[in-house]
Parts: sequence; C-alpha cells; structure tokens
Amino acid sequence: MIAELGQVFLSLALILALVLSTVPLYGAYKNRPALMAMAHTLVIGHFVFALAAYTALSIAFFNHDFTVTYVATNSNLLLPWYYRLSAVWGGHEGSLLLWILMLAGWMLLVSLLSRSLPRAFIARVLAVMGMISVGFLLFTLLTSNPFDRLIPGPLDGQDLNPLLQDPGMIFHPPLLYMGYVGFAVAFGFAIAGLLGGRVESQWVKWSRPWTLMAWAFLTVGIALGSWWAYYELGWGGWWFWDPVENASFIPWLIGTALIHSQAVTEKRGAFPAWTVLLAIAAFSMSLLGTFLVRSGVLTSVHAFANDPERGMFILGFMIVVTGGALVLYALRAPRIMTGKGFDFMSRETLLLLNNVFFAVSAAMVLLGTLYPLIIDMMGWGQISVGPPYFGAMFVLLMTPIVVLMPLGPFSRWGKDQLLRVVYPLLGSLALSLVAALIIVALLDAWSARAITGWMGGLWLILGSLHYLFDRKKTSRFGLPRHQLGMIMAHAGVGVFIIGVAMVESATYERDVRLTPSESVSIAGYEFTLQEVVSVKGQNWIADEARFAITKDGELVQEMAPQKRLYHRSGQTMTQVALRPGVFKDLYIAMGEELDAQSNAWSIRIHIKPFIRWIWGGALLLALGATLAATDRRYRLKQKQSASDGLSTSAASIT
Amino acid sequence: MRRLVLPLLCLIILGLSQPLLASAIEPLPFRSELEEIRFKALAEEIRCTVCQNQSLADSDAPLAQDLRRELFVMIQDGRTDQEIRNFMVERYGDFVLYRPPVASHTLLLWAGPILLLVIGLIGSVIIIRQRRALLKS
Amino acid sequence: MIRLLLPLIVFGGLVGLLLIGMQTAEERKIVASPLVGRPIPNFELPRLHEPNISTSTADRLGEVWVLNVWGSWCQSCRIEHPYVGRLAEESGVPVVGFNWKDEQADAKRWLSQFGDVWAYHMVDFEGRSAIDLGVYGAPETFLIDQRGIIRHKHIGPIDESVLRDLLARIDRLKQEASS
Repeated sequence: MIAELGQVFLSLALILALVLSTVPLYGAYKNRPALMAMAHTLVIGHFVFALAAYTALSIAFFNHDFTVTYVATNSNLLLPWYYRLSAVWGGHEGSLLLWILMLAGWMLLVSLLSRSLPRAFIARVLAVMGMISVGFLLFTLLTSNPFDRLIPGPLDGQDLNPLLQDPGMIFHPPLLYMGYVGFAVAFGFAIAGLLGGRVESQWVKWSRPWTLMAWAFLTVGIALGSWWAYYELGWGGWWFWDPVENASFIPWLIGTALIHSQAVTEKRGAFPAWTVLLAIAAFSMSLLGTFLVRSGVLTSVHAFANDPERGMFILGFMIVVTGGALVLYALRAPRIMTGKGFDFMSRETLLLLNNVFFAVSAAMVLLGTLYPLIIDMMGWGQISVGPPYFGAMFVLLMTPIVVLMPLGPFSRWGKDQLLRVVYPLLGSLALSLVAALIIVALLDAWSARAITGWMGGLWLILGSLHYLFDRKKTSRFGLPRHQLGMIMAHAGVGVFIIGVAMVESATYERDVRLTPSESVSIAGYEFTLQEVVSVKGQNWIADEARFAITKDGELVQEMAPQKRLYHRSGQTMTQVALRPGVFKDLYIAMGEELDAQSNAWSIRIHIKPFIRWIWGGALLLALGATLAATDRRYRLKQKQSASDGLSTSAASIT
Repeated sequence: MRRLVLPLLCLIILGLSQPLLASAIEPLPFRSELEEIRFKALAEEIRCTVCQNQSLADSDAPLAQDLRRELFVMIQDGRTDQEIRNFMVERYGDFVLYRPPVASHTLLLWAGPILLLVIGLIGSVIIIRQRRALLKS
Repeated sequence: MIRLLLPLIVFGGLVGLLLIGMQTAEERKIVASPLVGRPIPNFELPRLHEPNISTSTADRLGEVWVLNVWGSWCQSCRIEHPYVGRLAEESGVPVVGFNWKDEQADAKRWLSQFGDVWAYHMVDFEGRSAIDLGVYGAPETFLIDQRGIIRHKHIGPIDESVLRDLLARIDRLKQEASS
C-alpha cells in the first residue's frame, strides 16, 4: 500500500512540475501576474509530494517491506534502524528520489526567499527548475522506480552494501547531492536572465548566495567522501582520481570559477556572458557526473550498478537541458562588451586569471577522465589515466593560483599598481618562507614537497590573515561577512595544501606480520598486538585485533581494528582503527590471518601526518562560503522590515 | 582463500562485477626502507587489470597478488623502475600504467591542457587590452 | 557569432563521444593483449596427469595449435567446456590446456566430472608463466601458428559464435601453414 502511495505522490509531483515548467513561463511571456504567481503555489505542492514520496519509501524501509524490490535489495531484518533510513539513498533508485526531494527543497527556498524579485524573473527561474524536476521525475518513474513491487516478497532482504553501513555514508550522498542540485539554482537564474531578453545583470547578484551555498555543500560532500574513503576502504588514501570522484570534482572546479566570475559581473558588469556560460557548465557537469556514475561508460571502483538504458536517458536529458541552454546562450547572450574597463593590474585581471586556471583545470580533469574513450574511438589502443597524470597536471595548474591568491583581496577594482599590492604582503611572504623552513626542520620532514607545501600554505594563511588585520585597523565595524568568508576560504586552501603536502611526503606505512604479544615500532611509536578476539555486532561477526600503542614506554592509546563478516551478504570488510590527531593520525587495518596456529595476522599500520588538515581546509572553504552567502548585502529587501536599518551602511563598505 | 576469491575474478570477467572489499595488506621481507618505498610507489602506478580501476597496491585479486610478488622479486633483483614498467607493458599493454606514456597517441592528453592554458592566457591578454581601451575613453 | 556557438559545438563533441562510449563500454572491458602478433613466450611446465614430464611451448613449433587457460575454480570455464570439446574435435589441431592456479586434486576431479577434452594440460600452479603470457582471467584462448606466433586471443568463455570464429581462424592458419 505504502509503495503505491509513494508512486501516486511521485506522479502528482510530476504533474505539478509539468504545470510549473509551462504555465508561469507563459505568464511571464504574456505578462499575466496571476499565472506567474502560480509558480509559488506549485512549488509548495511539488515539494510536499516529493517529501511524501520520500517518506513513503522511508516507511517501507523502516517497516521491512520486502515486497518493494528496492527495499529487498538494499536492506534486511538485521539492519539497524538508522541504516535502514539511510539505505533509502543506498542504491540508484532511492538516491534519485533524494535528488528530487532536494531539488524540490531548493525550489521551495528560492520561492520563499526571492518574493521581492521581479515577478517575471522569479517565475522563469522556478519554471526552469521545474523542467529539471520533470526530467528527473520521468527518469525515476520510467527507468528507476524505487516503488516497484516484488511479489511475492522474500522473507528477508539482501543487504545494504557493508561499505555504506557507516556514519560517513549517511551524510556524504545528501551533502553531495545538495551541491549538485544547488547548481540548478544558479542554472535557473542564468537561464531566466537569458530568457528575460535584456541583460539583467541584477540576476548575478541575486544568484550569488545560492551559488555560494551550493558550492559549500558540494565542498563538504566531496570532503566527506574523501574522509569516508580514508577510513572505510582501509587503504589510507584520501583521493584516488577515480572517474566517480572526478565526476564530482569537475563541477566543483567550475563552481569555483563561477563564484569568482560572478563577483566581477556583479560589481563591474564585465563578463556577463562568461558568467552565464559557467553557470550552465556547472550544472551540466553535475548532470555529466550523474551520467558517468550511473551509465557504466567508464570503469570505476565505486559506481552504481550500471545500466545502459539509464545512461541513455540521462544523456538525452543532458542534451535537452545543456543543449537547450547553449542554444539559448548562442541566441541571447550579450554580444557587446558591457561593464567597466580595467587595467593590466587590477582585481578584474586577477579574477580573470583565476577563471582561466580553474576552467583549464576542469577541462584537464574531464579530458583525463574521458581520454580512455577518446583513444578507443580513434582506435589507438587502450590506456589508463590515473593519479600520476592528474596529480602532476593539477599541481602545475594550481601553483599560479596559490602564488596569486593573497594578492586578490588587496587589489583594487579597475586600476592598480603591482607594487602597491605586493608591498604590504612582502612581510607575509618573507615570514611564510622562513617559517616553512623552520617548521619543516622541526618536523624533520625534509622533502621538496613538504617545503613547497608549507611555503604555499603559509603564504595563503598569512596573506589572508594579513588582509584581515589590515582591514580591522581601517574599519570600525570590522569586516562584512562576505569578506570574512573569503578570507576564511582562502586560508582554508592554505590549510588544505599543508595537509596534502605532508600526507604525500611524510606518511609512514608498513605492512607487518604480527602474532599476539608481538610488537613493532614505527616512527617512535610501539604498536603491540595484545590479542585477537571474536566480537559480534547486530548484523556481523568480526575478528578484532587489540592493540596497545605506547610512546617512550607510556600508553598512548588502545586501538582495535576489525575484520568483519556480514551475515546476510557474506561480504568481509576491514574496519580500521584510528587515532585522529591534529598533527598525525595513527591508523591500523587488519589484513588476512596468515597462520591459524600461531594466530598471526597481516596488519597495516599508517602514520598519517596532518591528514585532518585536508578536510579541515575543506571545511574552512565551506564555512567561508556559507558566511559569505549569509552576508546582509545579499539579503533582499523585505517590505517594512525592521531589521533593515543597518544594511545600507554595511553595503556601503564594499 | 584462493578458492574463495578466484570465482569472484571469474565473475568480474563475465561482467558480473563484485567489489573486492578486502585491501591488500601483505608483509614482505624488504631489505631496506628504500626498497619498500619503491615497491609501494610502483604498485600504486600499476593497474590491476582484472579490477574495477584499482592499483596493484589496493587489490586483493589473485592476479594482483601474483603481480606484486613478481614486482617484489624484480626489485630484489635490482631491476630499475623503467625495466619493471616495461615488463608489465610487454605483457599487459599500456593499459596497466596509470601514468600514460608520452607518445603520439597521448599527445592530446599531455599537451591539451597546456595548449588550453596558453589559449586562455592569450585570450586574457586580448580581453584586458580591450578593457584598457575602455578605461581611457 | 562563432564565439557564441563554440560552447554548443564543444558540447556536441562531448555528447558524440559519450554516445560512442556507451556503445563500446562492453568491449572496452576486455583489454587487448600486446602479445598478439608476437612469438609465444617460451616456458616449460609439468603436465597435469604426468607430473614428471615437462612440456615446453616450443614443443609445438611447426604446427597450428590452441592454448586454453582454465581452472576448476572458474565458473565460466564450466560454461565453455562443451565448446572447448567441439573446438578440439572440429578444428583438428591440438587444444592444450593451461591449468592456472589450481590444486592438482581439484583439477583432476573437475576433469573426471566434466570430461577431459584437451590434448594435455600444462600446470601453472604459481601463476608465473601466466604472467609471461599476459593472462588476466580465465577462461582465455590463444591461437598459435606454425611459427609459434600468437595470432589471436579470445578472452572470456567460448560460445557458439566464438567457436565459429575460432574455427574459421584456425582454418586460415592451417592453410597458411600448408602453403
């Protein structure tokens, strides 16, 4: 019953989305306020039905309704309730439903928070987003219905992939999708701007907080995925340049370029066409990511079950959405140069360079990911493009960004002098170079990577902080949020770089054979295997290795990695033990039992320096973006709002 | 163990892929830390051909185990990194290398981004020149 | 104008690439062997039923023959088994088994259960020679000509259409050898 209800809710959402994507658009075209205003009501209904459908599937999971095929394949009686709820997005069908729910949520927020925008404009934005929703609802209902019945239902279901039975996996997909889907808002604003005919440079300002939020979600989503891979896969790696990872990274890179080009277009009116193009590209790359993950066109470690039919659908959808948008772009994009002029040394130039490097990086990742296809099409054989390629290219393309980044905030719009910008930063530069050498000496981590990493990272952190204090001195009220956010994000990149440089240059990794009461010493730590015992969980049993870690004779930590066997699926999985730390992680993973008699096990021990800084940096990026997005200057005027008194003074600072 | 994993390997060949969840943890008797570092670096650069985009270092597939053993022996024999890469390529083709060779068929791959960057930078100069003219008028 | 159309053109190219990629996804899963067109590596391995006798790949020089990689642990080897039998029967050339990473007892039991249709079996317990041969999954089938050159490699189980293809190729190789 609940599945049929869910089905009905989804169909109703589809009908509302269909109306939403046509009627308000017609209203905007004919200038009929009543038709335009319908968009808001439709968006609410659309969200309610999407939520109802989602809830229906959640209930089916919670109640172990194995007559629903999707539930039967992704859950079982032994699965704890919280994983039953997160199992909703554990497979392809349910994750699409989550996509739809989030899109509906974003639409609702746009509708609620943008009431003061021109009627026709917001009607167009919501209609465009409605079209996207139509595509995804059709995709779900036609090719991937999560409510399909399995009659007669089995007594017990299969299992949620054990890799996904983990707290990190509860949050990773929703946040990632929030980012992907969030770019639909920027896309909607850009298309509405194009549809509006005349260049509404205003739309850029309106869409900035949305873009920032989507980008923040995507950042956290990717970081969570990296963190999850680090502790869940047992390899100790944090990024593999796998096609699926790249699929999320390409929209991120384009989104980064978009955030910066929006700044130029909003403030100076320059590059409006380019900004539109980036907004289209960011969402299109999200769609491409969805395609790559679900079509089976590329070989990846963690793809969904592949289905060419679904691939064809997404590809067709992409042709409609992106192709349509690009045709519109070709017809409507501003052809004349607009906005103010600027000189070689100016903030515009620096932002332009940012866009060049980020756009080329995105193109590079896309090229590398698809190159096996290209080369096969040309009949030139088969090759693999992996971490050595992406790593080398990415560092090459990002180095100039790191060098130039702290100059950005110091530079002036329009016209500036290089010396005036660089001069105040010389102190930070010198300090970061010297401090980098001292720190590397203290850590005894001499290597080119560590030294350059610390130099670059400190340059970003100190250069950003420098700006903060500079401004604190000159303005009484402190920095507006969007500037604080920018500083935080730029410093976050510095933190990230230090993390990467240290992890990649100073990781200790040893595979050892240990029997109980044996110990091994690595980098000053003594790892003693005390015993190997059997433990039981709700839906698994495991061998657990109990370790005591000592340093200079004192106990640092007890750790207990496991090797789990999941009852239902019969899959084994390594559960690593971690001791997280600001400066280093201790990391133990169990391998195989090498000898049953002596109880010897193969054990992998890592010491990962500064690895938390990688995710910490990403978190700072996301927090910075969130801070910037919530700045007053983006808050739209609410009629007779009492709290609005201060906004004029805040806006005048920038 | 072998009997457990090899059927999986067969499934993969048949296209019925099943992720191998175990990670390749294998204590080997290295003579020096340098040897171990070289081993790890090479194992990460060589693709496990039967897996879903995993390196030798990350895979527990039996073939990956065999190839790791081979890699270990070659390092013990004092072969150079390039000799080891050649050994793999001769048997499994360029596909096994995660670092694609620079050759005519990978020219676009290696030079493409650089070319794009150059175009982007030249384009930027042109744009800035136009914008500068705007500043003067 | 071109500048405004350029994104559309690039996108068109991308879509074309992905469309073709969708069609070739299955065949790209099979990695072509660089050994095709090259001499078969020379290695000597014990026979399954006569462990004291070692056989070398060079022994077969001067005739067209087939090397078939299998193991008792391999599900799809069971599927292709009847076709291997027909291949041996209809081709008229020796079909040699390459027993890969198998326990001897298991292999023998498997053969007595399903039938031994091979001329003889070379046993590679360690998997060392399989690496030289570029084997990456069973079953695999190599066609070798009279000069000892690997002329074709089929990866995956043999079925009716693969059998036809293999027989035709063997015929051509035999003609080549006799002329």
